[in-house]
Formats: sequence, C-alpha cells, structure tokens
Amino acid sequence: MGEIRLMKGNEAIAEAAIRAGCDAYFGYPITPQSEILEYLTEAQPEKRTGMVVLQAESELAAINMVYGAAAAGKKVMTTSSSPGISLMQEGISYMAGAHLPGVIVNVVRGGPGLGTIQPSQCDYFQSTKGGGHGDYRLLVLAPASVQEMADHVKLAFELAFKYRNPVLILSDGLIGQMMEKVELFDPIPRSKDLPQWAACGKKNRPHNIITSLHLDAYEHEKVNIELKEKYARMQNEEVRYETYLCEDAEYLMVAYGASARICQKAVSMARNTGIKVGLLRPITLFPFPSKVIASMASQLQGILSVEMSHGQMVEDILLATRQYPTLKVEHYGRYGGVVHTPEEVLEAFSKLYIQFN
Amino acid sequence: MEATDIIKPENIVYQRSRLMTDQVLSFCPGCGHGTVTHLVAEVIEELGIENEVIGIAPVGCAVTIYDFIAIDWIGAAHGRATAVATAVKRVLPDRYVFTYQGDGDLAAIGTAETIHTCNRGENITVIFINNGIYGMTGGQMAPTTLAGMKTSTSPFGRDVSVQGPPIDITRMVAMLDGTYYVTRQAVHTPAAVRKTKKALLKAFEVQKEKKGVAFVEVVSNCNSGWKMSPVDANRWMEENMFKYYPLGDIKVDGQLLIK
Repeated sequence: MGEIRLMKGNEAIAEAAIRAGCDAYFGYPITPQSEILEYLTEAQPEKRTGMVVLQAESELAAINMVYGAAAAGKKVMTTSSSPGISLMQEGISYMAGAHLPGVIVNVVRGGPGLGTIQPSQCDYFQSTKGGGHGDYRLLVLAPASVQEMADHVKLAFELAFKYRNPVLILSDGLIGQMMEKVELFDPIPRSKDLPQWAACGKKNRPHNIITSLHLDAYEHEKVNIELKEKYARMQNEEVRYETYLCEDAEYLMVAYGASARICQKAVSMARNTGIKVGLLRPITLFPFPSKVIASMASQLQGILSVEMSHGQMVEDILLATRQYPTLKVEHYGRYGGVVHTPEEVLEAFSKLYIQFN
Repeated sequence: MEATDIIKPENIVYQRSRLMTDQVLSFCPGCGHGTVTHLVAEVIEELGIENEVIGIAPVGCAVTIYDFIAIDWIGAAHGRATAVATAVKRVLPDRYVFTYQGDGDLAAIGTAETIHTCNRGENITVIFINNGIYGMTGGQMAPTTLAGMKTSTSPFGRDVSVQGPPIDITRMVAMLDGTYYVTRQAVHTPAAVRKTKKALLKAFEVQKEKKGVAFVEVVSNCNSGWKMSPVDANRWMEENMFKYYPLGDIKVDGQLLIK
C-alpha cells in the first residue's frame, strides 16, 4: 500500500508529478491552482529526483518551455487555470502539430474573461474540441477526487508518450482546493533514455527536426491524416468511465469532475424515493464515452447532463444518442463560479422525470 | 587538364561546411541570412559540437534554417524561441543550445521572452538577424525599422511621433546582468564576415562557462524588402543602419563596454 496523506487536490497534482518521474515543470501563478507551483518550489524536486522547476514570465513562455522540453524528449508538465490556459492555446496547438507529448492541467475557474476564481466547468468545449487553431484533439482526463488528481498525472504521462500527444487534465477549482485522503503511488525513477525522435543532439543517428510547419500542402495533409488516425485510435482504445447504479436505470445523469460527486448524492436521494436513476461519469472527455451512452439509450427515458456551465458536454450526449430521437436529453447546471447543490440537481432532475410520470 | 583535376585535398583552401545539406537556400540572393547560416554551420563544425547542439528556429525568414544545417532542430512559435531554448538547456544542460531569430520575432512579438531569458542568464546563444523589416511576410515595418524608412506598412516612412523610434534591443539586453557576451556584427564584406565568425565562435564557446546569455546581433540587408539591389542595399545599410546600430562588442566577459 502506498503512502497515505491528507492533501489538497493541487498538492496531489504536484506530488504526483515528482513521483511520476516528471523531468521538468514550467508554470505561472494563477488562482485557484498556485499551490501546485508553490508545492513544487517548496518540495525542491531538483534535489529529490533532479526534476527542473521554473517559474516562467507568462503562461505563453511556460507552454513554450513545455514545448521545448517535450521536443528534447523529456517528461514535462505545466498547470494553470482558465485565463492562463487560453493564453497557452497557441503552444498547445504547436505541440499537437509537432506530435509532442506533455501534460497540461487546467484547474478551471468561472469565465469568460477574467471571470471569477470560483470553480466552474466552462472550459469543456475548449478542452475537448481543440482549443487552439487547427484540426487537433487533446486526450482529456477529468479527475473527480484528490485521489484521481494524483493518479491521473501518472496516467497522463503514460498516454502522452503512448500517443506522442498533449494530455489535458481538466480539473476544477473545487477538486483543486478540497482536501481528501490520498494514497500516493510509489515513485517512478526519471527515465535516462531519450526517445529516438527527440531533438537532443544527433549522436549516432541522422538529425531530427521537430516542427509543425510543412509548407507543401500535400505533405501537411499527410501529417493531418496521421493526427486523425491517432485520434481515432484514442477513441477505440482509451475511453474511460465509471457507472453508478446504472444496471436497471430508466434515467441517467451524466456528469464529470466535481459535478459527478454532487450527482452521486442526488442519485442516491432519488433512489431513496424509488426512482430508477443512475450516474455515468466520463473519466475521459476526449475520447468521450459515446458508445456506452448509446448502448444504454434504449433502456432510458431521459438523460440529464449536469455541468457547471451553460451546457457544453450535453452536445456530445445529444450526438451519442442521435439514433434515439424520442429520448429526452437535457442540461442542468449553475455557472459563473456557482456550484450546484445535490438538492438543486434533484429538483432539476424531478422536472425531467415528471414529463414521463 | 580538366577543372575537376585540380579539385584535390591539397588544393582546397575553402569549402562548404559538410554540415550544410544539399537543400537549396530559400534566402534571396545577396541577403545576409545565407552568409550567417553558413557561418553557423562552419562554427558548429569547427567546434566539433554537431552531435550535441540543438538549434531553435522560429517564424520569419529564419523558419526553414533547419533544412540547411544537418543538426537537431526545433521549430518554435513566433517570438518564443528563447523560451523553448530555456527549457531545452535546463533539461539538457550539457548540450549547446542556440536560437536563430529575426528582428520581428526577437524584438516585437518575442520581446518578453527575449528580456526574461536574458535576465535569467540562461546559458544559451542567441543569434539575432536585424534587417529592420519583416522579410518573409513581404516587407512590413519592424520594431527596428529606421525613422523615415519606407515599408509596406509605413509607406510614407516610419513616423516616430506615431510609431515610436526603432528599438535597440541589443543595447537593452546588454544592460541585464544575465547577459555575458553581447556583440553587434555584419556580414556585408569579407572582413565583416570574419569578425562575425569570430563572434559566433566565442558565443558558442562561452556556453561551456555557464555564465549567461551570449547574444550576437548581425545587422543585415534585406534587399528584397528594401527594394534595392544587393549592392545598393549594403551601401544603404552602411550609411544608415550602422549609424543607428553601430557595429562592435557591447559586453565582453560580463563587462559593459558602452555607457
């Protein structure tokens, strides 16, 4: 059994990075995730594992430092919150275009603009549909506990290198700030080997060029085909989700991250009144568990997508269930930094439920 | 006797660096970029560091330099080369890392990265080609465009009351404690080429000392962008550019040589 600690979600991310054998972290302070950079500078991982930690002059610089270390073949991470992640989008697009692995954590706060420092899930579109310019996808993990904040860092590095693609951990201010018991995985030593594709000095091989530029359109189309195939492979192999009381469910709530925790309570409350409702929690938001939702659709009357946003993931649920036009798919959520309560979710669900009963 | 008969090792006094690829240079004939590109290859070859060097090529005319020199390269986003270089050097501190940037890249969109990389004293080499114009996009006004100079976005000449005066960023970075060697050179004459090569050699050698940024500005013509013949462009450069951007060492071994 691993070491057990009581930690904030943000601290768990930081400690997990050191334990995952991360080579370098570059970041810039922003609420509600500054504890990550604070923890890393305090922990002095350069002494523990040789990991580099550097506070950049901006999120722009930070993501381009991530791009550089990734191009050199290293395991590298950055973290930020919504406005900072918007600044990073250019660099993330370049990473995707150059087939570079890397881990990016977004501890989401309410937007748009400077918004608020309170938790939100308003960056779903940005995270799952590309975010920056060009045809690309990030593999997106959505932790719903402090335990998963730690575990997803390790998983994110594995997936980033498996696919040579940036992986985004889409958290929120609630999971980032709350404290829970976490069992930390045992440290993995930092890798001494650099991948064959890396730009790290061309000893014993032809020279490598890491770039997202291909001036010849036909060459660039080939790169885009490779990317498209990579995303299709992710959709086949990497879908992750969790179900709660779904076996006999006639109604379904779909929620990720902090909303999933709230919905779990709301589902239990509804079950106590005899309503057959279950919860599906996507753990990967891209790839989205469309097939499992579609496979459940024939047994369902209605689906409630519960997100702290105007309703973004609900569009993916509608796409997944487009073969079932009579199935009612609705959205509920507070937004702008307001977190819905289980009672509010239950009330919203009741409005869906009474349409059939 | 055929011309090929005299091509023998004992007769060769100068040749193309073996690190240059067979790719035809994309630079306009007469432009300083081609000369500096070859100097970079020569310097890396002479120092014997081709297996341990990583170049960072950002956006602008510098963008395809990775096609011409057979070393490991990273293509960076516009302006971000020194941030990329910072990370590469931090994770691979025993390698030689350099950026090759134009004035739009280094002194406009990438100003923050330039200043902060120099301020942190990263142990990298920055090669800065200053031709006072955006060459690749077709001759727009750059932060380094001289007062009164006509470009496609200052068609009546740069008006300093509207657009501000040209920025001497090399002088600015020399003021920072993080820079160790700062020099301004040119490649318009054989003598200038030799001086630039010496500067580049030094700029790579000081990376071993780990004392901070080595920054080499090369004032170049952009005959296409300036709409002049290469000869006229070099003459105009000597008469105008060198007045505002005087050649010579600005900081050596961490000591400022200017006021």
